[in-house]
Amino acid sequence: MNTDPAKVQLTADGRLKHFLTTEGLSRELLTEILDTADSFISTQERDVKKVPLLRGKTVVNLFFENSTRTRSTFELAAKRLSADILNLDISKSATAKGETLMDTLWNLEAMYSDMFVVRHADSGAAHFIAEHVTPHVAIINAGDGRHAHPTQAMLDMLTIRRHKGSIEGKIVAIVGDILHSRVARSQIHALRTLGAAEVRVIGPGTLLPKDIESLGCKAFYRMEEGLKDCDVVIMLRLQKERMQNALLPSEGEFFKLYGLTEEKLAYAKPDAIVMHPGPINRGVEIESNVADGPQSVILNQVSYGIAVRMAVMAMAMSGQQQEKNELYGNDQEEA
Amino acid sequence: MRYLHIENARLIDPASNLDQVTDLYVAEGRIAAIGHKPAGGGIELTIDGQGKWLVPGLVDLGAHLPEPGYAHKGTIASETRAACSSGFTHVCSLPDTKPVTDSSAVVKLILEKASKAGYSKVLPLGALTQGLEGEQLASMFTLHEAGCVALSNARRPFKDSYVLRRVMEYAATYDIPVFLSANDIALSAGGCMHEGPVATRMGLSGIPRTAETIALAQMLLLIEQTGVRAHISQISCARSVAMLQQARNEGLSISADTALANLIYTDDAVNGYNSQFNVQPPLRSESDRQALLAAVNSGELAISSNHQPHEVAAKKAPFADAEPGMSMFDGFLPLALQLVERGELSLTALIRATSTLPAQIAGIEQGLVEGQAFNAALIDPLLERSFRRSELLSKGRNSPLAGQTLKGAVSAVFIEGHQVF
Repeated sequence: MNTDPAKVQLTADGRLKHFLTTEGLSRELLTEILDTADSFISTQERDVKKVPLLRGKTVVNLFFENSTRTRSTFELAAKRLSADILNLDISKSATAKGETLMDTLWNLEAMYSDMFVVRHADSGAAHFIAEHVTPHVAIINAGDGRHAHPTQAMLDMLTIRRHKGSIEGKIVAIVGDILHSRVARSQIHALRTLGAAEVRVIGPGTLLPKDIESLGCKAFYRMEEGLKDCDVVIMLRLQKERMQNALLPSEGEFFKLYGLTEEKLAYAKPDAIVMHPGPINRGVEIESNVADGPQSVILNQVSYGIAVRMAVMAMAMSGQQQEKNELYGNDQEEA
Repeated sequence: MRYLHIENARLIDPASNLDQVTDLYVAEGRIAAIGHKPAGGGIELTIDGQGKWLVPGLVDLGAHLPEPGYAHKGTIASETRAACSSGFTHVCSLPDTKPVTDSSAVVKLILEKASKAGYSKVLPLGALTQGLEGEQLASMFTLHEAGCVALSNARRPFKDSYVLRRVMEYAATYDIPVFLSANDIALSAGGCMHEGPVATRMGLSGIPRTAETIALAQMLLLIEQTGVRAHISQISCARSVAMLQQARNEGLSISADTALANLIYTDDAVNGYNSQFNVQPPLRSESDRQALLAAVNSGELAISSNHQPHEVAAKKAPFADAEPGMSMFDGFLPLALQLVERGELSLTALIRATSTLPAQIAGIEQGLVEGQAFNAALIDPLLERSFRRSELLSKGRNSPLAGQTLKGAVSAVFIEGHQVF
């Protein structure tokens, strides 16, 4: 069994067949995702938004954790690719009834779906599903625990590329709760592969995971140092429960130290852009003036999200189809 | 007098500095002579030991035997048979059974099942607290009397340091040995692997080394205060080795062991979310592994199996949701011999750490000495054994070796002169 997460998601000739993590993917492949997404942005601006790439395919949105936005953008992306889509909200209660993840999967396999979009609270869940599900079902990771949220990271890369021309040579700071953030981990891998000059993480010691610098980023505790000369500032959402868990004293103190204000943003380059994966806590990690200000590209991120998800879904499905054709010959598809 | 005669084996026993190719004679369950045939009597059976090693039987200081309560994971019979296949003549069973081994009835049940199975002898570890809940003392004297060689709380926490102190004081009153696992539950809560770069990259919650060392510091101070006869089970960190050395230098008499998995693997094995490597204590860094190996080589540290068999479903889950533990008995000997082959462990150190030392700690007499009960394993160091799933003796489907072929197999196991395997 090939357990290397980076390899599990690729076909023998290196094409995408699942999308589990940005780690270990080549620069060419990440660029191909961005280029494909770029081409879908133009189709989104047309009156007829649908393309037939996933016609006849069934996509299951398998959300073990609640999420309105990510799920809706995946749903829209699947619909614009002409797929049939089934939304399943498998809240924790289903598993609490004693049904294991494997039981759930076996039930879903019986529905002959072609793609699962998975969100789960356990790190490695999407990878686990990719290894245990029937062959030729593509798995798209829509967030697994603290591990990865690769489509979010790629839409952030697309945002940077469209607003700053390229990722190469840029200094990018990610601010806030890095410890619990799958988004930050996926961003760090993608930014490094795509040639960012420096990736920084900024936060208090309680919210920076141990040995975070081993991922190839630099850790900072103070905004004035961490934001200096940055081209891109990515703010992360701060969950309220961090205060109860003795990780932070108060929202007020966090805002004072790390909340993005116009004064703190001034440490970065004058043309730096401000990003946030949403939903925003105004007055906690970012002040409204900045969130709605001229340097913010937060709303653009949302619209790019659909294009990136379309790109990844189309590419993974084509990788699966290719692998299937090589195994069974082309008549499989005709029949 | 009719003798069992083991011919031409390499007899190795670090306790008596024995390492010599010679003959051994057994009568009435005991070693009658080494090197020369005793006068009088005949030979009942000769076993050819050419090219093989005869070593004192291995003694395991901590295995999770699945009975009573978890027969779907294995039975005492299946697991002690697997233990025999790695040369174990004695296995200490942890008290985290269902019901918990906190009554003499459960102890009796375990002993009966083990004796009926007839493979490795089981030395039950009774619970230190009722239900292992860490609050009220278990009937420690009764458990000891019923046949528990020592008492333990498995890896379950004590409610607070007050309970730990009273547990030790009470045990010390009757000179009952206690086996303790150093694990500060508040620091390890929610963690499923070593806290370090791999955990950070994989997004898995880490267990810091301080979860072990802080609990160990507390235990060492209370052991000193209460004078209890204590053994520390399954340490995983370099710092713990140093803390134990310091405590011994200050005059504390204390023993410790580490799980074989911690000598073989590091947290690197978790890359790829292979749930077989979800174990407690967690696999740590290479520097920890090296410090543990050094302590085994110098004779300070015993090796335990931490054998924990599971059915397929228990491991077929995302990493953090899988049940912790590895099925170790089938692969224990060949895995340990790999350490010898790689030059990381001397053969003498291995035998001392898996037989001599644990026998002392469990309070049993073991060794290749005339007059001693003949508890031994005959090992063919070159014989290859396949670890295909269908060939594993343990019912646990969570062996880290599944599918591999490794060198080093047991040809025979003797307990009190009887060949049981």
